[in-house]
Amino acid sequence: MSRLVISPRHLQTIGRHAMASYPDECCGVLIGRALDDSTVVERLLSVGNERQDSRHNRYLISPETVLAAQKEARALGLDIVGYYHSHPDHPARPSDFDREHAWPWVSYLIVSLEGRRVVDTRSWRLNDDRASFDEEVIDQAALGILHKEAV
Amino acid sequence: MGVTIQIPTPLRRFTGDQAEVAVSGATVDEALADLTRQFPALRRHLYTDDGALRSFVNIFLNDEDVRHLQGGQTPLTAGDALLIIPSIAGGAPFTLSPPALSPAEIRHYSRHLIMPEVGTTGQLKLKAAKVLTIGAGGLGSPLGLYLAAAGVGTLGLVDFDVVDESNLHRQVLFGRSSVGRPKIQAATERLRDVNPHIDIVPHEMRLDSSNALELFKDYDIIVDGTDNFPTRYLVNDACVLLGKPNVYGSIFRFEGQVSIFWGARGPCYRCLFPEPPPPGLVPSCAEGGVLGVLPGIIGSLQANEVIKLIVGAGDPLIGRLVLFDALKMRFRELKLRKDPRCPICSEHPTQTGLIDYEQFCGIGPQEEDTVEGFDISVDELKQRLDTGRPLTLLDVRNPQEFEIARIDGALLIPLHELRDRLGELDPAATIVVHCHHGPRSTQAVHFLRQMGFSRAVNLAGGINAWSLEIDPAVPQY
Repeated sequence: MSRLVISPRHLQTIGRHAMASYPDECCGVLIGRALDDSTVVERLLSVGNERQDSRHNRYLISPETVLAAQKEARALGLDIVGYYHSHPDHPARPSDFDREHAWPWVSYLIVSLEGRRVVDTRSWRLNDDRASFDEEVIDQAALGILHKEAV
Repeated sequence: MGVTIQIPTPLRRFTGDQAEVAVSGATVDEALADLTRQFPALRRHLYTDDGALRSFVNIFLNDEDVRHLQGGQTPLTAGDALLIIPSIAGGAPFTLSPPALSPAEIRHYSRHLIMPEVGTTGQLKLKAAKVLTIGAGGLGSPLGLYLAAAGVGTLGLVDFDVVDESNLHRQVLFGRSSVGRPKIQAATERLRDVNPHIDIVPHEMRLDSSNALELFKDYDIIVDGTDNFPTRYLVNDACVLLGKPNVYGSIFRFEGQVSIFWGARGPCYRCLFPEPPPPGLVPSCAEGGVLGVLPGIIGSLQANEVIKLIVGAGDPLIGRLVLFDALKMRFRELKLRKDPRCPICSEHPTQTGLIDYEQFCGIGPQEEDTVEGFDISVDELKQRLDTGRPLTLLDVRNPQEFEIARIDGALLIPLHELRDRLGELDPAATIVVHCHHGPRSTQAVHFLRQMGFSRAVNLAGGINAWSLEIDPAVPQY
């Protein structure tokens, strides 16, 4: 099982972004470095949901935005290591739509909201065969703080 | 034709960690075909099973999306660099009923929707919001009416009272036809008529320490429309413990106060008032009176703050207390600070749960006809009888003794018959038990208390003391 190391502060920021965007989905880019057994998030890039329709259950980060994020990451000697998005009133599990549109290797952090409350945060990675996601470990202490803040 | 393709980090595992792969091809399609020939494992990430490029895979030629050129047919020249850039997409599964406004809702809320500060997004936030108002009275009336009208999707009401005629000068939720009805019923009906698109949740109950946390946890915002200190402290503490905002308002005679107490973001009620005033110092509306329109003003200000919190517009009244004087027609604003030693919302709280708020506010259990201790004196008995306070005077002597001397109004049940004649006594009544000097009545009181007659007391000194100290006409024997 792979590991996503992310600070409580970053998780809080993601939670706030998700709550503020409710009932729409929010999204953003995780920038950091990949180590042997874990991925470390060092910066967040909150980006606007570029979907014009169905924003409550769809998000889009355009290739131009990804390109810009990638340049920003490279300039810092880092890389894009994942993406986050929210599931308003849905569990923090990837949907089929998520799977069809996912890259391998990167982490997909999903924040589940019930109303404007964060109720769950999980991270996933696509299998090489694209058939399913594997869940990653997120630092539990960090999560505890996020949820306390978000109540 | 020598062209390079830059491989994004996620896909480098499939290219033997190469960040750049040299390929040949006269067009973008040909170059990609060569790439997947060299590294077949890449294929499924770039192409669907039908052989089409996946919708989220974007190919950039020298920083320009080839979709804006000639797509896959875009010709390449030697030295060109292709970039594979994903667009990142996804989302929750489709819901059967995505949050949206129906045509009827759009008509109802149109004057909100045309303001950019609210708009459809804000209105959907209102629809998703869950707000609990404590009290369906003076403040609860405008709160309920405006929050329902504004489209707060789930509006909970807590009250246990009945509409009284004296409520009608300010509690505009109710009319004459509601007098005598439970407020919660009358209010629910009225608010459903105001806005049928929302969910009104009646909670007919008395809020206390045993139910507040459970009730509050399902709501986003709590609005305090109560009229007494124990409930005010209870609402504050429960909100702090759950991290929820408490939109506070209070009224007295011609003056009112409004603030948002939110321990997670600013001061709470206890930072302002660590302790309640002594009981009796601040009269309630029932005792002190209130200008009928005042709760309309203060409750409307609270509703305004609730709506702002939900749609995220403007400056919320956190850390500020607004004072309103209806006679002077003057608003004042006080800045509030978080008390670093606040017993409940500071970093090191001394109180981590709810407490007994009646006791905290110095209000004991209802001071009815309490009986303290085991004995009462003959003087106390005389006083009680003279003031007409109801009690049962129980004589446990023998019938012969009763013949000789008795206290007027006493019920004779000899001690040895008491067990069988308990049915003649009321367990809720104050029972003063006497015998000749005290030993038998002491025994009787112990027995009665065991049997649940908690308000049985012993007349110290018995009928003998009564005769000596109170009524010489009762013979001594």
